[in-house]
Amino acid sequence: MSNTIRIKKGLDIKLQGKAELVVETPLSSATFAIKPSDFKGLVPKLSVKADDIVKAGTPIIHDKYNPEIQFVSPVSGKVVNINRGDHRMILEVIIESDNKNDSIEFNVSGWKSAGREEIIKQLLDSGLWPYIIQRPFGLIAKPSDTPRDIFVSGFDSAPLAPDFDFIVGTETAAFQTGLEVLSKLTSGKVFLGLRNGSKLSSMKGVEINYFEGPHPAGNVGIQIHHLKPIDKGINVWTLSPQAVLFIGRLFTNGKLDFSETIAITGSEVKSPCYLKTISGAEINSLVAGRTKKEVNERIISGNVLTGVKSDSNGYLGFYHNQITVIPEGDNYEFMGWAMPRFNKFSVSRAYFSWLNPGKKYRADANLNGEERAYVMTGQYEKVLPMEILPVHLIKAIIAEDFDKMEQLGIHEVIEEDMALCEYVCTSKIEVQQILRKGISMVVKELG
Amino acid sequence: MNSLRKYIDKNKPLFQKGGKFEKLGSTFGAFETFLFTPNHTAKSGSHIHDVIDLKRTMIVVVLALLPALLFGCWNVGYQNGLAFGIERSLLGHFFFGFWKFLPLFIVSYVVGLGIEFASAQIRGHEVNEGYLVTGILIPLIIPINTPLWMLALAVAFAVIFGKEIFGGTGYNIMNVALIARAFLFFAYPSEMSGDKVWIYGLPDQAAIDGFSGATPLAQLAQGATQNMASMSDLFMGFIPGSIGETSKLAILIGAAILLFTGIASWKIMLSTVIGVLSIGLLCNAFALNEYMAVPAYYHLLIGGFAFGAVFMATDPVTAPHTERGKWIYGFMIGAFVVLIRVFNPAYPEGMMLAILLMNVWSPLIDYFVVQSHIKHRQKRFLVKKNA
Repeated sequence: MSNTIRIKKGLDIKLQGKAELVVETPLSSATFAIKPSDFKGLVPKLSVKADDIVKAGTPIIHDKYNPEIQFVSPVSGKVVNINRGDHRMILEVIIESDNKNDSIEFNVSGWKSAGREEIIKQLLDSGLWPYIIQRPFGLIAKPSDTPRDIFVSGFDSAPLAPDFDFIVGTETAAFQTGLEVLSKLTSGKVFLGLRNGSKLSSMKGVEINYFEGPHPAGNVGIQIHHLKPIDKGINVWTLSPQAVLFIGRLFTNGKLDFSETIAITGSEVKSPCYLKTISGAEINSLVAGRTKKEVNERIISGNVLTGVKSDSNGYLGFYHNQITVIPEGDNYEFMGWAMPRFNKFSVSRAYFSWLNPGKKYRADANLNGEERAYVMTGQYEKVLPMEILPVHLIKAIIAEDFDKMEQLGIHEVIEEDMALCEYVCTSKIEVQQILRKGISMVVKELG
Repeated sequence: MNSLRKYIDKNKPLFQKGGKFEKLGSTFGAFETFLFTPNHTAKSGSHIHDVIDLKRTMIVVVLALLPALLFGCWNVGYQNGLAFGIERSLLGHFFFGFWKFLPLFIVSYVVGLGIEFASAQIRGHEVNEGYLVTGILIPLIIPINTPLWMLALAVAFAVIFGKEIFGGTGYNIMNVALIARAFLFFAYPSEMSGDKVWIYGLPDQAAIDGFSGATPLAQLAQGATQNMASMSDLFMGFIPGSIGETSKLAILIGAAILLFTGIASWKIMLSTVIGVLSIGLLCNAFALNEYMAVPAYYHLLIGGFAFGAVFMATDPVTAPHTERGKWIYGFMIGAFVVLIRVFNPAYPEGMMLAILLMNVWSPLIDYFVVQSHIKHRQKRFLVKKNA
């Protein structure tokens, strides 16, 4: 059974620097990092010491409250540094690669007949568990939960997003294996959301649905909302296509293989393309020599709407298949509010971007104005294809009104779903930050 | 521009915390951000942002008001000419009116922005752009003969008690410009209504024979329907009235700008028109007196309806914040306009009171819309769960 769901609301922000479908080999990354900040709400505990020798799959840190959830080294080598911040908070654990890529071996031969518990144990031990994100709240799934269903969005609709058809490439068999493994984890179904014509349409044992329309059609939260909505007390799990691929590889040959194809995109990249690297690689190995260096650049691990600001000393984010480089935009503009601004995009026609609908923009990170109280209304609703009143939800969070937050649908959204609201906001409200604050409050309240 | 930027950067520390002119920080910030869009970049969440901001939004509204303002200035001169039999050229009428309008405009801005700057400073906030629009709206919705001290008082009352005590732009319950208008209307009724207030010079000097100076609204209320202005005069705006409200053509140009840029809600504009026409037609159907028999579409052309529907009912802060609420709100405004005009002889104009009343009701409308949304969400969830 499959059907096509048309998403009408939303927005495709047209930016310069979409990756060509070419895979290049970047500089090899000397070090790799596990960053606790990649995982929301995690209280990390170290599982290794500096100078420990590790293999791909050796636990580096674990969750203080759920010690079975571990975060493993993506490569073999040596732990060289543990960077800490205020209050000795762990910022990064740096692993120097020995370029051998030795992996811990896992016995996966009997997985097809294995029970749910054994599969979960394998995923926990191999460090692939953190790729399973639960909804509501967008946190790492709890191994003790049984999800109603599992959702995978097979495409990313964010600006300049990588093409997962291309990334999965020839590994469709591993992808299929990954989906089969997932189907053992739920009593419900595994849903796969795709664009029409996707190569992944050939996947078996899952319910495929097609989504048409602008971003955020590719967000798994939007897909869940339109297929089988969740509410308080209901759990579903979600995975990115990359995570399905990692799981598929593990259960195909018993070895961890964290190599991934990422897109390097954005207006400041000389020739945007795909790069073959390994999860947790140095950003520098990926961007060095590839950016234009005409202006101050902002390097983002992820996309422009939800990514994390990084610098060239940083590391690729755990969940990211994309690096975006845009101008920082930390300059003043003389009477910018009065200028025609032909080169800047606006959803409203108060600027002249409507004259040139196909144009691709070189957007920078300037806020384009100062933060204000809410004045305009009806803007968020146009870019959130969900039955949710976004401004009222945000206001309920600001007012810390738990009942209202739950009634207005905080269980259905995470930051990425409302990122476009933040983009279009005239008053420059920090929607994603407020939403995460609200989610954290609800999580705490529920215990 | 670089030298100006350097000059600002050099003097900025004086206005920051600990600086000599710390108390003028908000004022400095307002002028700085007026001259230069700040260099603030995204710290959290989305890295890129739409280029629209509140300054641009407000400036588009000001732009949309310009046709009504320019025509209003001309009409002040034209009506004055009619009243006293003075011939002037097109520009002559315009400049006559412009010089009469300018003091009102300046008083409105100086008093309003002064209070706005002071309260921003007291709160330690940035100066908000809301008054840019309010400051033009107020002189456009009052009679040309309004004394300046009265206007100053009304502006001060409206900005302080209509907006700042609620927390400033974005938090007010009622439209600030209409509060100023209502203040004048109830505090100084003799200066705000009657036949003489709309024409510059009329209160002091006798007009030529046959010129009354009454607005079409007043004529209708008095039952003097035979001397009514023609449809085209009503539409073009060659009639006495508040400065900005007379020309429906100029207002329509403004409406087109607001709708095309997406800044005002078409739902509100459309539903106010629907509201007027429905109740107007209902009155026509049961016409017990002459006023009830006035064709429904007439209500769209007379008085402040068009101006109010385009520029004041659409104020996003005081209108409902839900899309469904906007339909209800607009319709009710339209309905109340006709009801007040036709059934309440004490107030010839109904638009001001209709909008203010609905401003007060819009949180209530929103409440019901949100409650039904919540019910719908719960129901939807139950249906999908069983599917």
